[in-house]
Amino acid sequence: MTSTLERSLPEADIGDPRRKLIVIGNGMAGARTVEEILQRNGAEQFAITMFGDEPYGNYNRIMLSHVLSGEESDQDIYLNSIAWYEENHITLHVGVRATKIDRFAKLVYSNDGQITRYDQLIIATGSNSFMPSMEGLRMADGSLKPGVFAFRTIDDTRGMIEYAQHDNHNRAAVIGGGLLGLEAARGLQAYGLQVDVVHAGGHLMNAQVGPQAGEILRRSVEKLGIEVHVKARTTAIMGEEKVTGIWLLEHPQIECDMVVVAAGIRPSVELAVRSGFTVERAIVVDDQMRTVEDDDVYAVGECVQHRGEVYGLVAPLWEQAVVLADHITGADPLSAYHGSRTATKLKVAGVDVASMGLQGPERDTDEVLVFAEPKKGIFKSLVIRDEKLVGATILGDTSKVAFLMQAFDRGLPLPVERLEMMFNLGTPAAEVGAEELADDAQVCNCNGVSKLALVHAVEGGCKTVNAVMDKTRAGKGCGSCKTLVCQIVEWAAGGAVQEDPSANWYVPGVPLDKPALMDAIRLKELKSVSAVFAALAPAGAEDAKSKMGLASLLKMMWDSDYLDERDARYINDRVHANIQRDGTFSVVPQMRGGVTSVAQLRRIADVAEKHQVPLIKLTGGQRIDLLGIPKESLPQVWADLDMPSGYAYGKSFRTVKTCVGQTFCRFGTGDSTQLGMDLETRYQGLESPAKLKLAVSGCPRNCAESLVKDVGVVAIDGGRWEIYIGGAAGAHIRKGDLLATVHSQGEVMVLSGRFMQYYRENAKWLERTYSFVPRIGVDRIKAIIVDDSDGIATRLDAAISESVAAYRDPWLDGADPVTAGQFRTSLPLEVLPQVPVRSGG
Amino acid sequence: MNATTDLRLGPIEQIPIGEGRAFDVFGEQVAIFRLRSGRVYAVGAVCPHRGGPIADGQIDGSIVLCPLHLNAFELSTGCSTTGQPDLGSWPVAVDDNGDILVRSRAG
Repeated sequence: MTSTLERSLPEADIGDPRRKLIVIGNGMAGARTVEEILQRNGAEQFAITMFGDEPYGNYNRIMLSHVLSGEESDQDIYLNSIAWYEENHITLHVGVRATKIDRFAKLVYSNDGQITRYDQLIIATGSNSFMPSMEGLRMADGSLKPGVFAFRTIDDTRGMIEYAQHDNHNRAAVIGGGLLGLEAARGLQAYGLQVDVVHAGGHLMNAQVGPQAGEILRRSVEKLGIEVHVKARTTAIMGEEKVTGIWLLEHPQIECDMVVVAAGIRPSVELAVRSGFTVERAIVVDDQMRTVEDDDVYAVGECVQHRGEVYGLVAPLWEQAVVLADHITGADPLSAYHGSRTATKLKVAGVDVASMGLQGPERDTDEVLVFAEPKKGIFKSLVIRDEKLVGATILGDTSKVAFLMQAFDRGLPLPVERLEMMFNLGTPAAEVGAEELADDAQVCNCNGVSKLALVHAVEGGCKTVNAVMDKTRAGKGCGSCKTLVCQIVEWAAGGAVQEDPSANWYVPGVPLDKPALMDAIRLKELKSVSAVFAALAPAGAEDAKSKMGLASLLKMMWDSDYLDERDARYINDRVHANIQRDGTFSVVPQMRGGVTSVAQLRRIADVAEKHQVPLIKLTGGQRIDLLGIPKESLPQVWADLDMPSGYAYGKSFRTVKTCVGQTFCRFGTGDSTQLGMDLETRYQGLESPAKLKLAVSGCPRNCAESLVKDVGVVAIDGGRWEIYIGGAAGAHIRKGDLLATVHSQGEVMVLSGRFMQYYRENAKWLERTYSFVPRIGVDRIKAIIVDDSDGIATRLDAAISESVAAYRDPWLDGADPVTAGQFRTSLPLEVLPQVPVRSGG
Repeated sequence: MNATTDLRLGPIEQIPIGEGRAFDVFGEQVAIFRLRSGRVYAVGAVCPHRGGPIADGQIDGSIVLCPLHLNAFELSTGCSTTGQPDLGSWPVAVDDNGDILVRSRAG
């Protein structure tokens, strides 16, 4: 024995100070583990020897179905060529099988008669195809009957292709309706074969999906021309010299020329069993991937059982390889594998399938959502436990899969509106998960901030979402990307995001939420922005970013008693016009309900001509916008116009869009134009936490787009009016919720005003109604506004009436400036980059 | 090294409390701010980001926000806190007559 050993040891080994590492298995797990070891400078520590059963380098087994279908050649799927092993000085024994491990003497015996010594050993023997016992499976010599194939190796695949291409072979049966079986069936169709799938289970892919999804999958697969037989157990393979058909229990027999057995895989554990390692369903390993018996013998991949789990997917295998390499090289001795949450997203025979976690509920308290549309091959089921996603099955429509996988993997908080997890509802929701997003993907489309910029901000020390947004200005434009920004920051910080205490403050510079802030303002009778800072801000410090929000809030609360400090106003509110990119302003005179007159139009035309207005444009709110007015010209423009402000600049009540209504329209059922004009006359210019855009439509055709407005009114037959709230069609799309159906225009005026006052008092700064209404809940708002459940209706009505009474047209400032140089230019005297001017048609 | 020169820009009352106004300082556009505390600061009047009028921005005790895209700059130094190039800053004071005095930048 000793002499054999000495003879078999290569001379070169003597004197090599490195430890001898043997890897048994050259499949995806074995080769990946070696790659990971090399990345950790393993070549300095180890002289590596690998044994591979198959006579090739390492290839991507997952892609074999593509080789079968002809989408890829077998050359395309190699991960490591033979040359790679040479370059990395790895001794590779291909086509050699390890037959026994002597762990006491640290020797590996192989079927080429060699004995090799090791210091450390990795078992990565993978899996074998499971061949169920069937009569006629094998010939007398034990080989498979000609025409019978397993589907596991590149040789299996080549054999199948060759056999399928034979002219006389027209029909194939695939035994097994799992992932591999369906892939085989689809692949064989490429050779013109008629294919039957024979599955012993009750439904297809029963390891991944439940019965309902399995049934929908069957329909989708049959649409492809593959016949599916479920609950069909194959008892025998017919044919003397070669396959001629199969016998099924309680099903008619199937005549065929070829049989592919894809009835699952079994861990290859014979070597480990024979060598005395603990094997249950597979080789038992600890969190460092070491075998029970021997700290110098590791195992990795499909052949291992970790904490009771055996994995047949590639992702867990990668995770195991990392831990093993960390540990064996000493790169991270504390590295530990804690098991994988398996989530898979794949295309099976042309059908998108994603599955993760539980297939169905296990406890009485589990929430289950199921949507099925068999005709389209769509199935979605979600299992939620304690506000966490614990399982999901998706067929056909993968639009939400990225989000679901992330929610499942990281235990993310789930949307209150559960349907958002299944469908894109047009509400503020991220379509792609943070993790899947490419680094250079633009997250904030307003300020051009990429995912990578956000990640860098986190790595640079920003610990809160707000800090990242301040640093990068992501989310500081229209704000529609904030949800995604939050997700990316959370992902990049790996759960180390700090709870942002300021998230609930009304403005960033005063540490109080809106109710507490309003209480303090009332209690201390704070009537100016500077007084609020002095009394409530830390160290009494002013904060530029808080001024606008406080000014709006104080005006709403104190109306005519508000002490208006002009520096608290944003430039638009100081000069009552909307600042443009070149520092000029736009002027939009009020045009109630979008109704104008000859006199108005003539005056606007005269003003535009006199002031050489560069651009005259109709707005989406049915008004006329004069663009490119220098600040110093504003008073003269207003004086010449002699029309009230249209408020196209403030966080305030903006406009009421209307349709023609019953006056002229032959479909009109209500006087929408008049109601729109009345609404605008009453509520013009009211400050609010964010802008308010309204509409009134004269019939359910909705020409004024009432369903997507902050407050939208629709006339319906019978002289009634529907009032919708919380709609939006800007950065977000949301259909408004029905607040009430009323019988008179007077009721519309009252309920709209009451709702707007409730919104003014309770919404967060810059929170549009499309967020506010779902946050409070439309039922709750209905109760308060329509049913007066809280007994505050009278007070709300009085409060908004007071605000209406305090209204003063700001354009009157033009004749009598409030501050020195109110309309003095701030523009640099040289010409700035100017917006190109279009000439009208 | 040139000698520094002071430029008298007239009464501080041209600038409302808490606001800014733009001035020409030896051919350069300068935004001068009058804080509620009585302090005055002078920084460049043109936002380096997209040319926004800094004098129209809102301020507090330490920063000014450009009105166009809300980039922030320190009043005392002109340095951006939102990753933009600097505005530059000018020494500025109010004399006993209540006039604004700006000093040209050395260089």
